[in-house]
Amino acid sequence: MGDLLIFVNFYLLPGLVLGSIYALGAIGVSLVFGILRFAHFAHGDMMTLGAYLALTVVAVTGANPMLALPLAMIGTAIIALGIDRWFYKPFHDKSTIVLVIASFGIALMLRSLIRVIWGVEIESYSVGISRPLVFFDSLRIAERHIWIIGSTVVLMLIVHWLLTRTRTGKAMRAVSDSPELARLTGIPTERVIKATWMLGAALAAAAGVFVGWDTQLQTTMGWNLLLPIFASAILGGIGRPYGAMAGGMVIGLAEELSTYPWIGTEPLLSPGYKTGIAFAIMVVMLIWRPAGLLRGRVY
Amino acid sequence: MTVLTLRGVTAGYGDDAPILHDVSLDLQPGEVVAIIGPNGAGKSTAMKAVFGLLHLHGGQVWLGDEEITGEPPERVVARGVCFVPQTENVFPNLTVQENLEMGAYILTGPLDDRLDHVYGLFPPLLEKRNQAAGTLSGGQRQMVALGRALMLDPKVLMLDEPTAGLSPAYAQQIFELIGRINGAGTPIMMVEQNARQALSVAHRGYVLVDGRNRHQGTGADLIADPEVARMFLGG
Ligand SMILES: Nc1ncnc2c1ncn2[C@@H]1O[C@H](COP(=O)(O)OP(=O)(O)O)[C@@H](O)[C@H]1O
Ligand SMILES: [Mg+2]
Repeated sequence: MGDLLIFVNFYLLPGLVLGSIYALGAIGVSLVFGILRFAHFAHGDMMTLGAYLALTVVAVTGANPMLALPLAMIGTAIIALGIDRWFYKPFHDKSTIVLVIASFGIALMLRSLIRVIWGVEIESYSVGISRPLVFFDSLRIAERHIWIIGSTVVLMLIVHWLLTRTRTGKAMRAVSDSPELARLTGIPTERVIKATWMLGAALAAAAGVFVGWDTQLQTTMGWNLLLPIFASAILGGIGRPYGAMAGGMVIGLAEELSTYPWIGTEPLLSPGYKTGIAFAIMVVMLIWRPAGLLRGRVY
Repeated sequence: MTVLTLRGVTAGYGDDAPILHDVSLDLQPGEVVAIIGPNGAGKSTAMKAVFGLLHLHGGQVWLGDEEITGEPPERVVARGVCFVPQTENVFPNLTVQENLEMGAYILTGPLDDRLDHVYGLFPPLLEKRNQAAGTLSGGQRQMVALGRALMLDPKVLMLDEPTAGLSPAYAQQIFELIGRINGAGTPIMMVEQNARQALSVAHRGYVLVDGRNRHQGTGADLIADPEVARMFLGG
């Protein structure tokens, strides 16, 4: 196998898959921060919830995770609306630190609930191993990777369409730009907040399904991804959904490509340190350019 | 009947001490009313009191014969009161056209007629309609802010320092526009730094000092008042 193919098969494609997952999670974190002004620590556990909802659909119908995806997204969006209604909305007029703490509580509650319902065993969507599709003799792409990357592109196009072409999407950007002016303009903020939760949670669910599909399902899967997802949102400029998309891709690719033997024959970075990349990028960004590459907000 | 009335409003921000003390203002049909006063007098605060953004300790706000005291801003806007705040009055990351569309958020039908109307008032905005509002010059941004407030064809227009920071030529244009909008029947309440010019276009004026009513009268009376002249009109 040529060097290029090794690079593509074992570094670039996994990087794009990881980048897709981070990007989908980071868009929601960024939107919630832009519109509700708080760091949503339950976002990772919303991803886990989406992954387990899809697990039930897959188990009951025997369908491909791709078919379970829309149901998991809708289910998670509805649950997020409920969480907002009963746990976040009562604190909307409180200082944002109260919401941050509340979201920690929700994170713990969601994870515990998932353990009670689905158990603590490691689960997976498929039985057996599916053979990768082979292109040009040796470019081996797992079918699920094509679905994950393809769906992420489609979801990003939908997000773009929503934010730039629909009344509610434009209002979301307006509230993110200036909440006070948005209210004085007559934009119903509560409605915009609901739309934000639905969109953010649906994308988180998609990210969760993709993690579960690519690896396996564990009740801590989402929580463990919180750091790279926050790093992606910060890299892109917090409050900026397009920045979050780019930030997610950059961090996903950086993590996977950092283990490629760029110099000599040894991995540039031992794979054990891979997860430190997101942390390093986040620290550097917070010091060097806290507004993010796309100049988001700083508070 | 009076269009808009603040009656004995005492109000402040959150739990802080009140900024406004027993302030009363009113706007009659067809009028332009100017509010002048030194910096920090509470002029902007008085305008925000209409939109339920303050903590009202006392007093009432009426729109025509309906009391709207403490109503949230989206409801007040739905009643036809449109406001251009002094600062942060455009959405910088939205395009010019999206800013205008947000002004008409509560309308559900097509906005083409309203957009045509606003672009007619501000022709320079038409060619910039796909540009982010944050990239425009101060004068053009002010046009976007005014245009946004005019998208609903408001029953009452409230402007907070619409000419602040603008060149005299731009300020002149804005004053002419205010005259035209008012000429078409819309009552306007505005705060102005540019006191002499404001009082000369206004039918009546109020002088606020330290969060209290100090003087009121017709524009001409206030210009002629020696104390007002000394304090605000440069002698
Ligand atoms: N958002 C706010 N929160 C707290 N205090 C404010 C706020 N805005 C203005 N103030 C205070 O209210 C007073 C009146 O301000 P303002 O109404 O803006 O005056 P003016 O418009 O006449 O210059 C000032 O002392 C100012 O510091
Ligand atoms: Mg002011």
